[in-house]
Amino acid sequence: MAKEAKEMKEGEKDESLMEMGETAKESMKAEEKPETASFGEGSAAEPAAAAGAAAPEETPAKSIEKFEAEQFPQKQVGSIMFSVLSPKMIKDMASAKIVTPELYDKEGYPVDGGLMDIRLGVIDPGLRCKTCGSKLKECIGHFGYIELARPIIHIKFAAMVLNLLKGTCRECGHALIPSVKIKKALEQLDEAEREKGIEARRKKVREVMLSMKAASKCPHCKAKQYKVSLEKPTTYIENEKRISPIEVRTRLEKIPDEDVELFGMKSKFIRPEWMVLTVLPIPPVTMRPSITLESGERSEDDLTHKLGDIVRINQRLFENINAGAPEIIVEDLWDLLQYHVTTFFDNSVAQLPPARHRSGQPLKTITERIKSKEGRIRHNLAGKRTNFSARTVISPDPMIELNEVGVPKIIAMKLTVPERVTEWNMEYLKQFVGRGPEMYPGSNYIVRPDGKKKKITDETKEASLEEIQPGYIVERHLMDGDIAVFNRQPSLHRMSMMSHRVRVLPGKTLRLNPAVCHPYNADFDGDEMNLHIPQTEEARAEAEILMEVQTQLISVRYGLSVIGCVQDAISGNYLLTKSLSEMARHEAVDMLSAIGIEDFGKLPRKEKVHGREVFSVLIPDDFNFKGKTRSGEEVTIKDGKLIEGFMDSANLGEGSGLLLRNLHHKYGKDFTVDLLGKMFRLGIRVLLKTGFSAVISDTDLPENAKLAINEALDKARQEVDALIQLYKDNKLDTFPGKSLEETLELRILEVLNKVRNRTGEIVAEKADKGSHTMVMAKSGARGNLLNLAQMAACVGQQAMRGKRIDKGYEGRTLSHFKKGDLSPEARGFIRNGFKSGLNPFEFFFGAMTGRDSLMDTALRTPKSGYLYRRLANAMQDLKVDYDGSVRDSSGQIIQFSYGEDGIDVSKSENGIINVKRIIEQV
Amino acid sequence: MESSIKEYEGKLPKKVLNDIRAQAANLPQAKLKKVLELALGEYKKALVCAGESVGLISAESIGEPGTQMTLNTFHFAGVAEMNVTMGLPRIIEILDGMKDINTPMMEIYLKKPYSQGKGIRELALALKETLLGEVASEFSLNLVDMTIDIALDKEKIKDIGMTGTQISTAISKQVKSVTIKDNKEAIAIKMKGKDDSLNDLYKLKEKLKDVHLKGVKGITQVLPVRRGEEYIIITAGSNMNDVLQLDDADVFRTTTNNIFEIEKVLGIEAARQAIINEVYKVIESQGLNVDMRHIMLVADTMCTSGTVKGITRYGVVSEKSSVLARASFETPIKHILNAAMLGEIDELNSVVENVMINQPIPIGTGMPRLVTKIGAGSKK
Repeated sequence: MAKEAKEMKEGEKDESLMEMGETAKESMKAEEKPETASFGEGSAAEPAAAAGAAAPEETPAKSIEKFEAEQFPQKQVGSIMFSVLSPKMIKDMASAKIVTPELYDKEGYPVDGGLMDIRLGVIDPGLRCKTCGSKLKECIGHFGYIELARPIIHIKFAAMVLNLLKGTCRECGHALIPSVKIKKALEQLDEAEREKGIEARRKKVREVMLSMKAASKCPHCKAKQYKVSLEKPTTYIENEKRISPIEVRTRLEKIPDEDVELFGMKSKFIRPEWMVLTVLPIPPVTMRPSITLESGERSEDDLTHKLGDIVRINQRLFENINAGAPEIIVEDLWDLLQYHVTTFFDNSVAQLPPARHRSGQPLKTITERIKSKEGRIRHNLAGKRTNFSARTVISPDPMIELNEVGVPKIIAMKLTVPERVTEWNMEYLKQFVGRGPEMYPGSNYIVRPDGKKKKITDETKEASLEEIQPGYIVERHLMDGDIAVFNRQPSLHRMSMMSHRVRVLPGKTLRLNPAVCHPYNADFDGDEMNLHIPQTEEARAEAEILMEVQTQLISVRYGLSVIGCVQDAISGNYLLTKSLSEMARHEAVDMLSAIGIEDFGKLPRKEKVHGREVFSVLIPDDFNFKGKTRSGEEVTIKDGKLIEGFMDSANLGEGSGLLLRNLHHKYGKDFTVDLLGKMFRLGIRVLLKTGFSAVISDTDLPENAKLAINEALDKARQEVDALIQLYKDNKLDTFPGKSLEETLELRILEVLNKVRNRTGEIVAEKADKGSHTMVMAKSGARGNLLNLAQMAACVGQQAMRGKRIDKGYEGRTLSHFKKGDLSPEARGFIRNGFKSGLNPFEFFFGAMTGRDSLMDTALRTPKSGYLYRRLANAMQDLKVDYDGSVRDSSGQIIQFSYGEDGIDVSKSENGIINVKRIIEQV
Repeated sequence: MESSIKEYEGKLPKKVLNDIRAQAANLPQAKLKKVLELALGEYKKALVCAGESVGLISAESIGEPGTQMTLNTFHFAGVAEMNVTMGLPRIIEILDGMKDINTPMMEIYLKKPYSQGKGIRELALALKETLLGEVASEFSLNLVDMTIDIALDKEKIKDIGMTGTQISTAISKQVKSVTIKDNKEAIAIKMKGKDDSLNDLYKLKEKLKDVHLKGVKGITQVLPVRRGEEYIIITAGSNMNDVLQLDDADVFRTTTNNIFEIEKVLGIEAARQAIINEVYKVIESQGLNVDMRHIMLVADTMCTSGTVKGITRYGVVSEKSSVLARASFETPIKHILNAAMLGEIDELNSVVENVMINQPIPIGTGMPRLVTKIGAGSKK
């Protein structure tokens, strides 16, 4: 069994897993689970074939089968078992015994029995592995071992060994509880595991262990017990005397199998004495490759350095023992060996100085390799890298469809799509090969049926053309209509990765329709995005069916459209449906044809048409809708005609209103993306026609408005002064539960906020309603009335943490003011508007709040990122089962019915079944 | 009409049926039937597909808006209300399953006549916890006699309606092994027995300051407010157990924002609902739109084990069945070592492990297994 497991290990495991196995000293067993019983005639289940991937000899008849096996993997890893390596196992799985710390001989060839022995795998081109006979990259490497002169405590098990020493008899090795209780405790453990899983067992073990430590006499052999303690990191003390690792090991050996289980170990997989090392496995060279510097000098890996130390000291220890050196020298060397082995496993043990390079930088040994974000697990195993991808700056192009992505020609000529040659498309594909890699659309590689890749160059073009026959694969350039996955980091959403159709365009940036910016959270101030080209039929099918933009229209978060019109598109449609009441018909036709509409039958046949009628052309004839605008006016669409109200962000914007949701519900995803594209372009067309720019004079106010604003501000000032006076006279009524000062602050803040809102109202009332800034604010395209008021009239109170700006100096905010000044301007009230300009101290207050919010963002991002990571990690394996229940990976039920009613949010309307709409329909 | 709606019970969710009841009440029988039929059709269309990775969707739905939330800890609802932790810190607090929350708070609903606002101020003040330290004007150490002399503030005592004698009995109940001498306005306290050091005396003084005199333990501030038609008491500090035992509290609606208290007093189902309510409150207050179902799923994962577990390496994640999934989160070495000792077997049932070894994940399109007999017929 052990042998078979070992074989599997070599055949199946990849380098990084091997490394991991080494640290924890656990053996892995990859049980081959044939995917289907009949797949491949059952031979897959045979152990011989199971090791097939690495098996060197094979009959010719089997070579085709082997090729097929490579193409269509039939096997998968069924499970991985973790346990601790026994000394026997270490020797069995090793292919070389390491005896010398030397690495290379004079010729630079690896020394036999050295750490770079070629029986441990090859890292130099041209050499062949002595164990498996494979070349560089084919050989995955093999373990070696060294015999330690004296036993060494494994640092990672030091705490466990202490528990064992404390809990067992120093004479007979039995656990320090009566035999009757042992049985009972074991039963309890098994029960805990059965009922609540392995984690509960661990908890129970801790309880049992606590109960054992107190005994001063062995209940089995009546021997007296002493207190054992651990002097960190690896020295055990009993009776103020050191217990040598040899003694530790003999004590551990004495513990009977049944008692071992009490300490939370399964004796089937682990014996306590294995935690004290007598042989040390040497990891394969492939996981610690050396690099050759430019000067031709070799630079060895950190692990090799550490292993060199271990082997050297070990040799010296052997020699000294054999020569009968004084005990003290042996002890010193022993301790040194212990130090080296400890730092080999973990170089950040608290009590030890970390082993360092000559440059003083600490070595990266096994624990450091696995741990943390840059470690093996999170960096290499859970995170993968890809080929066939591209990344550049993005820029907008409203003229391409929402589900398209503009790809520069240079990129399209580097990224390829593999197409298999058949009788029917041979001529077609030959054209690509004929054009070669330099001409678009050409091809870069052909792949022979045996998997050999051949580069197409101008020289090999002709030969390749000759060679091609059905069964070959041509890797042709990217073309219009190919599927690509488009992504922007941070990928917080599933909508951060959607698939688009390729559209090859001139230029050097990736282009996307501005309407899809929202799900990606992209803008064009220098953002870059990534493009991936799926390479297999399965991947393309999934990308198309599950990931394409139109499938992601309705958010899984809230059940409304995540894609809508933005910015200019909203302003445009707002103007069109609200104020363009008289448009010459031919102009309307111009506009509509520019956005890709060919049927103008819906446009009324009269000289002048209303903007609403133009907009209505986009809407299907049988569509009915009732909604509200941002300001609460009715919007009615009847039989596909907008007959009342106008369009603004409440209906066209992303994540708001049911207009887009209902269109999607009734006409489906493909229609909706198309419509969204058209609406967007219509909006932009309108602005193109009417002209649209925000100017400073938009913030001009008539004289009477200015007066009204000043009056309001003056009045507020007086009110605040009155409050301060009341406070000084101690006549202010306090709010319950608040102090006098707090009450004053709250009252002042209230007055000042009120006056700012008042100025906002005055501005909204008196400013030119037709100004473009106002149009943007009113339609919800960008900005709001408050922003306008801040520009035109008064910026208002600057608040930090919900309070007015506090004293920065002793008793005052700035040296402009008298100490104890509580007036509005001394505490961050900005009376001026941005247009009239700010005073120096007003500007300073503005800068303070600006910095505060900057800090807020900077501090929030990592916090929310960590929360998200934890949530994702905790919940990633929850899925809906076939019976509608939500279960985790072990089959435990989390919810009996998803969300209590089984409704998929992305198929609902804002989380509900819209009964109202159904009733209206009937 | 009720009868035809009844027919659909069990087929349609309650919420939909209630909506129909409310909105289609006046429709004739035939039309009602049609409405029900259409609703059922839409409901069936809107059901989740098997294999949908709802867990990750929920995590995304809560994690993504997290980036948009403010870090602003405090929030004023109205002028005179209390400070409450809101925004991202509050969400983290809830999902971490923290036992000590930053701003515990209760909303105490009252029985009549208090709910009408009568005598509510007095009732509220009676709830507020008063400690000895608050009513004493001075604590002085008498080094000669080794006693502590406490001078009481007459006015404050009057305010809380207690007498000196009541105070000294309260002290004697809560502080053991002391002798108390009561001289009306001052109380002298001497430690019993052994000659104690000054240090001990000093410690005793600090302990005396925390002697509980009156009110509900833990309630530091009270505030009667009007909520809709009635008056309630909002408190800073929380002690659900004691408040629910008050005669005047409406035990059915009184609530706290401390989830662990709810779990302890009302049980796990109530705690689950409390998590949902609290998270929803925060998300709503930030003006974000997240569907209830996502929050429910998070609350359910926190509560499935029967106690509230936080979404941390010590909580939910440590309960996972897969070794590699645990190791890929935090403290990988610890998890691998523990697994090795028990000879744990990772069955590769969940997501990360399969990502690690380059196999399809058993979720979504990776879930169904295909059994085929390719070539079985032709070869034989």
